[in-house]
Amino acid sequence: MPSIEIWLAGAMMAGLTLYVLLGGADFGGGVWDLLASGPRKSAQRELIAEAIGPIWEANHVWLILVIVLLFTCFPSAFAAISTALHIPLVLVLMGIVLRGSAFTFRTYDDGADEVQRRWGRLFSITSLITPVLLGVVVGAISSGRIQSKDGVVTTGFVHSWLTPFSFAVGFFALALFAFLAAVYLTVEAQDDALREDFRRRALVTAVLVGVLALVVFLFSAQGAPEIRRGLSASFWAWPLQIATALAAISAIGCLWRRKFQLARLAAAAQVALILWGWAAAMFPHLVVPDLTLQNAAAPEVTLRLVLLALLAGSLLLFPSFYYLFRVFKGSGATNAGSH
Amino acid sequence: MDNLLAARSQMAMSLAFHILFAAAGIAMPLLMVIAEWLAQRTGEHTYLLVAKRWAKGTAILFAVGAVSGTVLSFELGLLWPEFMKFAGPIIGMPFSLEGFAFFTEAIFLGIYLYGWNRVSPRKHLAAGVIVALSGAASAVFVVIANAWMNTPTGFSFYAGKVTNVDPIAAMLNPSALGQTVHMLLAAYAATGFAVAGIHAYQLLRDRQNLFHRRALAIALAVGGVTAFLQPLSGDLLGQVLAKNQPVKLAAMEGQFKTERGAPLRIGGWPDETAKETRYALEIPYGLSLIAFHDPRATVRGLESFPRDEWPPVAVVHIAFQLMVAAGMAMMLIAFWAGWQTWRKNALPDSPGFLRAVLWASPLGFVAIETGWTVTEVGRQPWIIQGLMRTADAVTPMPGLVVPFASFTVLYCLLGVAVVWLLKRQVAASPRIYATSETSALTNKEAGYAFD
Ligand code: HDD
Ligand code: HEM
Ligand code: HEM
Repeated sequence: MPSIEIWLAGAMMAGLTLYVLLGGADFGGGVWDLLASGPRKSAQRELIAEAIGPIWEANHVWLILVIVLLFTCFPSAFAAISTALHIPLVLVLMGIVLRGSAFTFRTYDDGADEVQRRWGRLFSITSLITPVLLGVVVGAISSGRIQSKDGVVTTGFVHSWLTPFSFAVGFFALALFAFLAAVYLTVEAQDDALREDFRRRALVTAVLVGVLALVVFLFSAQGAPEIRRGLSASFWAWPLQIATALAAISAIGCLWRRKFQLARLAAAAQVALILWGWAAAMFPHLVVPDLTLQNAAAPEVTLRLVLLALLAGSLLLFPSFYYLFRVFKGSGATNAGSH
Repeated sequence: MDNLLAARSQMAMSLAFHILFAAAGIAMPLLMVIAEWLAQRTGEHTYLLVAKRWAKGTAILFAVGAVSGTVLSFELGLLWPEFMKFAGPIIGMPFSLEGFAFFTEAIFLGIYLYGWNRVSPRKHLAAGVIVALSGAASAVFVVIANAWMNTPTGFSFYAGKVTNVDPIAAMLNPSALGQTVHMLLAAYAATGFAVAGIHAYQLLRDRQNLFHRRALAIALAVGGVTAFLQPLSGDLLGQVLAKNQPVKLAAMEGQFKTERGAPLRIGGWPDETAKETRYALEIPYGLSLIAFHDPRATVRGLESFPRDEWPPVAVVHIAFQLMVAAGMAMMLIAFWAGWQTWRKNALPDSPGFLRAVLWASPLGFVAIETGWTVTEVGRQPWIIQGLMRTADAVTPMPGLVVPFASFTVLYCLLGVAVVWLLKRQVAASPRIYATSETSALTNKEAGYAFD
């Protein structure tokens, strides 16, 4: 029976995975909005807006849930991360604020004019920058460069994240988000030409994801030795690597053969496996090297209560999410749309 | 600007900004649900048009509320890591529950805003009800966390160590009930008055327009009833305060000396160096009566507390005066509207009344901002009353004035954009002059998917 800290860390990872699979794809949508091109440029943008519109706020709450769980259950890790990574986190927040509001302003500003286009550009540019910074934060947490003594961070405010490794992770995250979005959009698209547009984009980013994964791995020798050791020397490392590779190959294969529903599944599995591989390599650390699930944990009562709340909350949450996605993403949902 | 001051300013600015959208996020769903319910009950689709117009505005406000709230949850750590290390395990519980309330709210708001033509009218209304309930729930949870900062319970603290943590007891702290009730009423009252003001403005130019008459009636009903109850709940809060945070009470009232049968001061300027409040209108025995319900009760003055535990007295006193003044004015207007409606059996629509509603429309938000200033500045120098000083909680990160300035600029621009967008939305006022014009519409023509 795993200890209660592990259950909670698992819940946080589940939240993070959902954030990446859902919220990440919303960021990716912004990237494709920026890169919209060709004869169907505005149709592409419309498809993206329709796909994101009703769900991005709900998708965004996964991030908040992860943060709240972190500060409730592992308060000293939250304190260390937000101290050492103050600068990239502030930038992430600015990106989140600008992206969310620009997207909504564009949707609800009905004059199809220059102003609306400017909101659109702001939305897409911030969708490009924010994922990179989120990746930088993840890179820094894994790097071993955030060190603390008696709960006080001793390694300064830039040392840990201004590194090639962190930025490699940042661009990797961006590529993953864009890849997810392109794959999902092939399923959302109703007409074939549009679907082909996103199929092509998905295939190109799939390759890019592979290349960047290699870059991250190379930089990790210097940048995050602990993680690299986990990812190459543990007993679970090779099965996991193989599973991830299989998922990646099936995603590409399904895209190639235009099995879009399956491609979506495979792409999501690929990204989830990458995340869980990272988590396994981090284990038992929350922040490498000093903070672990055990030494950062809140008192047991709190952990128990939060776990209980999570269970009760999921009973409420998952049916609601199911309903949301059925209303907007179910079969024929887009046909019934008002557009 | 020193780092502590920059951190406090950034927190204050972010919260003062977020609360505007949060209050709207709590109350707008209620207004929309009432309008949609009336449409379904009476078959008069004017109400449905009102609900849809409000829904557009709400979508904009809600998005800004969500992103500015995200900023806050990070800022707790970015600015106050020591506080979170201490308080996270104790008050993380309401924040976690709030997370679920947010989820429910965001999910069903998505369905409400984008689902007009995807779900049946009954389900659509039900989605609205869920949004309204979960909005209120998220406010309750986060205010409980704040109440704990005022009256911390649910743990023992000995020799620098926290033991016996009990998150449930922490949630049931003495200020929790009073503050949550007061905040919920505040959200409904402020939003109700603000919305009423917009429609009163349109009615002043176009008196017979049914669209605005229906909208005004709903907004005033919600705003009026809650504004009427608000001073009562404020009184309850004052009594909790008198017992648990006597310094804050003394600062609010500009009470420097400990006094039996203390007077209530209206207006005035507290002078911290001279230790007296000048130019105030004093009502004998008023304060003792209000705070302890006994004209002879003793009220502790600031002088009986160490000088370094005083909050900034003038700020707290004046903010409190403003909140109460705003509250009284709103109560009067609510009374006027209620009395007239009861006498004439119709909502008053004289230009004088409409103009009064127009002028009163920002008062609720003024009261919210000043009320929070009382609570938060009045708690200084403590971030957790009596336990941890704000100065000991702040992050070691240097140069905090930079993020403070950046967020201030960002939020100012956002504020301008929101106002501008809302204006663009509202400016096109539908012209509806007879119920027959809209009652003839079928559900489908009015915008639902099904009849
Ligand atoms: C529409 C808004 C509104 C109105 C009309 C009033 N208030 Fe208020 N007040 C608030 C909105 C508010 C608030 C913003 O919601 C606060 C800040 C913290 C809280 O819980 O509520 C608050 C705080 C607050 C506090 C401090 C609580 C604390 O620090 O623990 C007191 C004593 C009162 N109020 C009392 C009153 C009285 C006697 C009013 C009589 C007219 C009144 N309020 C009107
Ligand atoms: C209910 C949730 C709230 C929580 C958990 C909360 C928490 C905090 C925290 C942690 C601080 C910094 C520490 C301190 O200065 O004591 C603070 C300060 C402050 N907050 Fe709040 N706050 C809440 C609501 C609000 C709202 C809605 C406002 C609106 C105006 C507000 C206004 C302020 C101000 C003015 C300060 C600075 C006080 C000073 O340092 O002089 N707060 N709050
Ligand atoms: C009195 C103070 C507060 C009230 C009444 C309040 C209420 C609300 C409400 C009703 C929402 C839903 C969004 C909306 O309707 O616009 C919201 C959003 C949010 N609030 Fe606050 N809030 C307060 C202070 C805070 C504080 C102090 C924090 C952070 C610690 C916070 C964090 C958030 C977050 C993260 C969201 C976004 C949730 C989403 O994505 O839907 N709020 N708040």
